[in-house]
Amino acid sequence: MVGLLPGTVLNGLPHAAPALLGLSAPSLAHLSGLDIAVIAIYFVMVIWIGFYLKGQANTSEEFFMAGREMTAWIAGLSFVSANLGSLELMGWAGSAYQYGILAAHWYWIGAIPAMLFLGIVMMPFYYVCKTHSVPGYLKLRYGQGASIVSAFSFAFMTVLMSGVNMFAMAVVMKVVLGWNLHFSIIVSSLAVAAYVALGGLRSAIFNEVLQFVLIWGGALLVPILGLIEAGGWTGFKAQLEKNMAAGVIAPGDYTHMWHSLGHFSDNPMGIHWTGIVFGLGFAISFGYWTTDFLVVQRVLAANSLRSARMAPVIGSFFKMAVPFIVILPGLLGLVVLHDPNGSLMHLVPQNLAVPGSGLHSYNEVLPLMMVRYLAPGLLGLGITALIAGFMSGMAGNVSAFSAVWTYDIYQPLINKNAKDEHYVVVGRWATILGVIVSIGTAYMVMSAAGIMDYVQALFSFFISPLLGVVLLGMFWMRATRAGGFWGLLIGTLSSIGLWAWVKADPHALRYVALSPDAKDMAENMYRALWSVIVAILVNVIVSLFTTPKTAAELDGVAYGATKLPEEEPVPIYKNEYFWMVIAAVLFVALNILFF
Amino acid sequence: MHSGHISIWFFNGVLLTIYGALIAAYGIFELITHQHANVVLWNLHAPVWWGGIMLAAGLFYCFKFWPGRNS
Repeated sequence: MVGLLPGTVLNGLPHAAPALLGLSAPSLAHLSGLDIAVIAIYFVMVIWIGFYLKGQANTSEEFFMAGREMTAWIAGLSFVSANLGSLELMGWAGSAYQYGILAAHWYWIGAIPAMLFLGIVMMPFYYVCKTHSVPGYLKLRYGQGASIVSAFSFAFMTVLMSGVNMFAMAVVMKVVLGWNLHFSIIVSSLAVAAYVALGGLRSAIFNEVLQFVLIWGGALLVPILGLIEAGGWTGFKAQLEKNMAAGVIAPGDYTHMWHSLGHFSDNPMGIHWTGIVFGLGFAISFGYWTTDFLVVQRVLAANSLRSARMAPVIGSFFKMAVPFIVILPGLLGLVVLHDPNGSLMHLVPQNLAVPGSGLHSYNEVLPLMMVRYLAPGLLGLGITALIAGFMSGMAGNVSAFSAVWTYDIYQPLINKNAKDEHYVVVGRWATILGVIVSIGTAYMVMSAAGIMDYVQALFSFFISPLLGVVLLGMFWMRATRAGGFWGLLIGTLSSIGLWAWVKADPHALRYVALSPDAKDMAENMYRALWSVIVAILVNVIVSLFTTPKTAAELDGVAYGATKLPEEEPVPIYKNEYFWMVIAAVLFVALNILFF
Repeated sequence: MHSGHISIWFFNGVLLTIYGALIAAYGIFELITHQHANVVLWNLHAPVWWGGIMLAAGLFYCFKFWPGRNS
């Protein structure tokens, strides 16, 4: 989730945080008793689910893999929901206000091709080899070395990111509701620790599905009412043109996705279409959606290979629809939000929206839209959707951490031959440990907010090189153990090196992102692309000089050595290829519609 | 997952039913008393129909996935 967060959220918060911590700014929303009841009911429900599912999390397979009993729908909704955090919702709505519909790239080309590729092409290998994690797959394919590098980096970054999210969310709750930071951190983390430690992955997945319903129930009304007020899409565009002509909105192309991507300087994001297609659409998106265990874990819990393939395909439809509740409210904010004196409201960067200024930041556009339209009860539902988004994101992090810690670090390095029940106990404690470390990270960021930028950058170092190594391992039988290890290590180091180079000398951006006009987002995309290329090249070169595994050793983990099980014939409406084609056509149609 | 256990869809149904009932009840209260919240487009009475939709969906899921019904 965090790997795909817009820069506006995490980059903005650290600078604003000290001011927010020190001053009691008036909150955006005032909750009624009904709103509070709606939020309280949600907390009761998640704890109830945790206690109810405790009895179904007795074995390691049940605790870490939800018994591999999830239907395609549950796995699919959970898969997409684990990524649908509240920071993401608010951040991308803010980006839409700032940059226009360009922000929808992160939902369409930045997600759909990768999700379909995972479901149709990669899932059979993950599923057939019965791995419990992505580092587990690396162990089967490349051996212990690559697996350990991946497991440690994933476990470390997962809990750190969880803490960063926790802090960022607490700041959001303070801004929106005026809630005390310590209250937000402690209450939400205790609830997450309780239901994940009790019910394991099953509990996390159940709550993610619940959160998914809440997000749509709480947020869908905002764009509907916004469109009614703006006079529909046509009315919105007419008002936008009028506001731009009057000079009250910065000029730009807010409603086209590809028109302004011909050159880095033609759009406010400072991005070129090659960066969007190859950097975002391949290196970042495929890295995140196909190798980040946080999301892949949900699909591994499916009850059959067909469900495992179908889950990401189902998820892709909902992912395509998310811009309706995220991007559209951000865009509508450009024409419907007004100050109390009747003039058009101007949102500003986070660092300018300090208490006392009377200004609101881009990231506040979604809460502002909620406050504008949602009556008591509905507002509570919208706020609950934001809280649920945060909690399920954190639950996703700690459940993935717990599995990787237990299976890929504790079991191979500390205690190889314990009983199954022992690993369940370790998993429960790992969950609690994950939450404690997350809280510690949240307070660390609170005292030194600049750390947040570094943690976010750290996360990005590992994902794309991992993609290069996993792809080659799956589809090239010649890739060797040494090739995988060195590919992963040098790919990661190259990503760190490029980041440090630009940090030390900002002029280096022209070389990393291929243009002096490139901005931060373009740098992330090209850095990811270079690190995938380096990881693949190193893997290929080292593999050609080392001894490969035999075909028998690669059975179940590599294309060409694996006999995939025959699937029972099903009616066309249950066939994953049919729905993949529909999703692909819809994806292309949306891009043409908003070209 | 369904047999002998409560389905996730039942939990969803319970939550939607409670929320739908609360929100629709508030909307009806607004309609009857003519005391509307200070929000834009209050005249569309969104709590009534949105709460009603949630209530109907919640009841459907509660009924369809009632524990033991599918076992």
